[in-house]
Amino acid sequence: MPSVLPPLGAVLPELLLALSAIVLVLIGAFQGEKSANLVNGLAIAALVAAGVLVLLQPAITVVGFHGSMLVDPFSRFMKAVSLLGAAVSLIMSVDWLGRAQQARFEYAVLVVLSSLGICILISAGDLIALYLGLELMSLSLYVMASINRDSVRSTEAGLKYFVLGSLSSGMLLYGSSLLYGFTGTVNFAEIAKVATAPTNGLVFGIVFVFAGLCFKVSAVPFHMWTPDVYEGAPTPVTAFFATAPKVAAMAVFVRVAIEALPHVTHSWQQIVAFVSIASMVLGAFAAIGQRNIKRLLAYSSIGHMGFALVGLAAATPQGVRGVLVYMAIYVVMTLGSFTCVLAMRRGGRPVETVDDLAGLARTRPLMALVLAALMFSLAGIPPLAGFLAKYYVFLAAIQAGLYGLAVIGVVASVVGAYYYLRVVKIMYFDEPAEAFDGMPGELKAVLGVSGLFTIFYFVYPAPLIEAAGAAARALF
Amino acid sequence: MSDWPILSVVTFLPLVGALFIFVVRGEDEVAARNARWVALWTTLVTFVVSLLMLPGFDAAAPGFQFVEKKPWLGEIAAYHMGVDGISLPFVILTTFLMPFCILASWESIHKRVKEYMICFLVLETLMVGTFCALDLVLFYFFFEAALIPMFLIIGVWGGARRIYASFKFFLYTLLGSVLMMLAIIAMYWQAGTTDVPTLIQHGFPVQMQTWLWLAFFASFAVKMPMWPVHTWLPDAHVEAPTAGSVILAGILLKMGGYGFIRFSLPMFPEASHLFAPLVYTLSVVAIIYTSLVALVQEDIKKLIAYSSIAHMGFVTMGIFSMNEAGLQGAMFLMISHGFVSGALFLCVGVIYDRLHTREISAYGGLVKRMPLYATAMMIFTMANVGLPGTSGFVGEFLTMLAAFERNTWVAFFAATGVILSAAYALWLYWRVIFGPLEKESLAKMLDLSPREIAIMVPLVALTILFGFWPAPVLDMTSHAVNFVVARTETAASAAKTAALLLSH
Repeated sequence: MPSVLPPLGAVLPELLLALSAIVLVLIGAFQGEKSANLVNGLAIAALVAAGVLVLLQPAITVVGFHGSMLVDPFSRFMKAVSLLGAAVSLIMSVDWLGRAQQARFEYAVLVVLSSLGICILISAGDLIALYLGLELMSLSLYVMASINRDSVRSTEAGLKYFVLGSLSSGMLLYGSSLLYGFTGTVNFAEIAKVATAPTNGLVFGIVFVFAGLCFKVSAVPFHMWTPDVYEGAPTPVTAFFATAPKVAAMAVFVRVAIEALPHVTHSWQQIVAFVSIASMVLGAFAAIGQRNIKRLLAYSSIGHMGFALVGLAAATPQGVRGVLVYMAIYVVMTLGSFTCVLAMRRGGRPVETVDDLAGLARTRPLMALVLAALMFSLAGIPPLAGFLAKYYVFLAAIQAGLYGLAVIGVVASVVGAYYYLRVVKIMYFDEPAEAFDGMPGELKAVLGVSGLFTIFYFVYPAPLIEAAGAAARALF
Repeated sequence: MSDWPILSVVTFLPLVGALFIFVVRGEDEVAARNARWVALWTTLVTFVVSLLMLPGFDAAAPGFQFVEKKPWLGEIAAYHMGVDGISLPFVILTTFLMPFCILASWESIHKRVKEYMICFLVLETLMVGTFCALDLVLFYFFFEAALIPMFLIIGVWGGARRIYASFKFFLYTLLGSVLMMLAIIAMYWQAGTTDVPTLIQHGFPVQMQTWLWLAFFASFAVKMPMWPVHTWLPDAHVEAPTAGSVILAGILLKMGGYGFIRFSLPMFPEASHLFAPLVYTLSVVAIIYTSLVALVQEDIKKLIAYSSIAHMGFVTMGIFSMNEAGLQGAMFLMISHGFVSGALFLCVGVIYDRLHTREISAYGGLVKRMPLYATAMMIFTMANVGLPGTSGFVGEFLTMLAAFERNTWVAFFAATGVILSAAYALWLYWRVIFGPLEKESLAKMLDLSPREIAIMVPLVALTILFGFWPAPVLDMTSHAVNFVVARTETAASAAKTAALLLSH
């Protein structure tokens, strides 16, 4: 007998996040600015608790709210990864929030709200839930980008992100309406049943929906906002931008492509392949000229999204597994890299150019070692984690016969290796510059964990690969 | 003997030493001294342990020995290690050369000694692992990861243009290798495994072999290096510190040749036959062209680097002769070149440490001040030329013999290379060692120190020993090599039969 009540058990993590956001707002409102640290701590606890709840969910597929919410191994995996990114980026912001002019409790509340949007987005089972999740996530992000409201760069970043983000939301909505118009339903599973042949209207809808999603994962040609927003937003915010929302956007990208459009693969495969190639190549070449490390990481993330999309272009369980492994490893590497950027402070002021890292190997050998490992890992050199990430997506690409894509991908990774090597060169080969200020304990911890994972992941890679494999099979 | 994982011990023992150096902190001078001693002892113990494999190794037994197999990357790849007559000589060559590298860096490296020693020990692990890996993915891990420590060694402790050289080294070799990674993946989907012993027996479709062969060739040809993708090597050699050059010439270049023998020939025999003329052409061009280039060099290290490329031309020529003499000769030449070129770089290091220049014109008449040095250098120069009675002769002779059997013209051109090599090597020796001792800076040069004598004596002994008695190496490699030859011959005859059938 069908249950009358919605299956609240399946959406427990979302409920927890929603309730905590409300409670945190109240605490902040009653206690004022001085509650920033308390709110931040509680927000971290809420995110961790939500993550634990996600992990505790049974490995079955639950369809709730008349098909709007899907809780399956795929969504569990992606939610766990994004919540990890969100929680760690909040941990990274403790020290930053502690500085006088930044002490705003709203920041943590926004992260929690954005994480709620992320969870809804990942679990979305129809186009309406997708849009709701996406907008909840994005609206919080717009505010977060400009949270440092006295800084011109920060407000500029927020405004730019808002204008371009709204445009992409519009395209997504337009595409959704076309999909609805030509299939008669908004539910992914129902769309899959109807969309068996690539009609013109359907293809138009796919193009617009994918354009909107490409914007959110910052894939070329919808990447223009990324370097400016990364550079302008405060660094902990950038760390959040680079992790959780990207994972969520990638998750929904995969879900729409695989779950809603499995019979018209050929119509979207070439779009994804093109976007992937363009992102890999642009990410590799455009980063070469960058002097600001945040811009450099922005172009690097554009390139990495291209590599992850290689897995999606394969449109096989192997490929989706590749995407999942890639995103998980990417999140850990990115968090580590941004921790290093956060630790780049001289005389209490942040510095951001790559040249400021000069001679880091002598002033701070351990930090240099971890950052070097992260750079080699981002470049995809074995035995570091980043190599395995690339290996699994190319594994899928070759299986699917996408040889051209794979060859262009590896060549782009060699070009990209150049600018990662340059960071290592500046740290190890150049004469030391003035030492950085001391690193707060929580940053040391994040950097240590990220570094250990990156360096030693190859010793025991099985659990992540198996979890990703199970998650990928849930979609097929 | 076989109840403990000796290969894993040999592979990862240096890593333990590196970890030890990493965790020990202390005063700079004390820490540096500790790092040197720990590194020396680690490499010595590793060498001794690797020698322990010799009594248990049966050269006549087919297949791989000391095999270890553990699950690792799920269905994708396993931790599969083992050696046969082709890889064991390289493993021992690696462990043998490492203590010399540490000793050669004893006084010439002053800054960041700890990191230097860690880099070398990590590099040793990766090199030994490359030769022991019996799974393509595992092989790729070791093969590629070796780029990282070498990049740092050239970049941090190198000469004036070290940054350019290190980037060129890294990006060149990486570009070659990524294509091999795609080939490995393609092989996995075709054969369902990346296990080397299984793949050797697999037999890929001929059409596919062509592409796979080319992808592997891209990687190994850059690593060897073969003309025209050799340009990274002179730069890397000139800028690297002495020990880095030794490792580069002694071991890293051999990975390419090892890869051809281990993977390209037995896995893609038809493609190897198809491309043999191409490899012959490139080898002959390399032998003659780089010898001529070596003649005009003004930098000692650059001259030896070009001579290495010429020698590697002999190796590829021998390998793609695909007969017993050719492969045996290539193996022997690689082993011999491993310690002879290493020794030559050590010789350059000796005078570089005294005068801090590698310009040939800065030297002359050294024999008057440094008789011991002149003797050692003479023996290595002769071995480099391939004089009978030195280890260099055996390999060159065998590879030319093999080439003669396949194609007289190739052997003819290779032989002119021998003459050219005598020309540039002897001329170098004459300019550096003989002549009047006119330059004031040379007047105070001291002969070899006890430490340097300790480095030179074993290398001299080995050069002469293998020159007169090459049997230990040849016996070890013969069965494994015959297996590879048999594999390529069956493929060749099968291809011929198919061609005959088609023509009827």
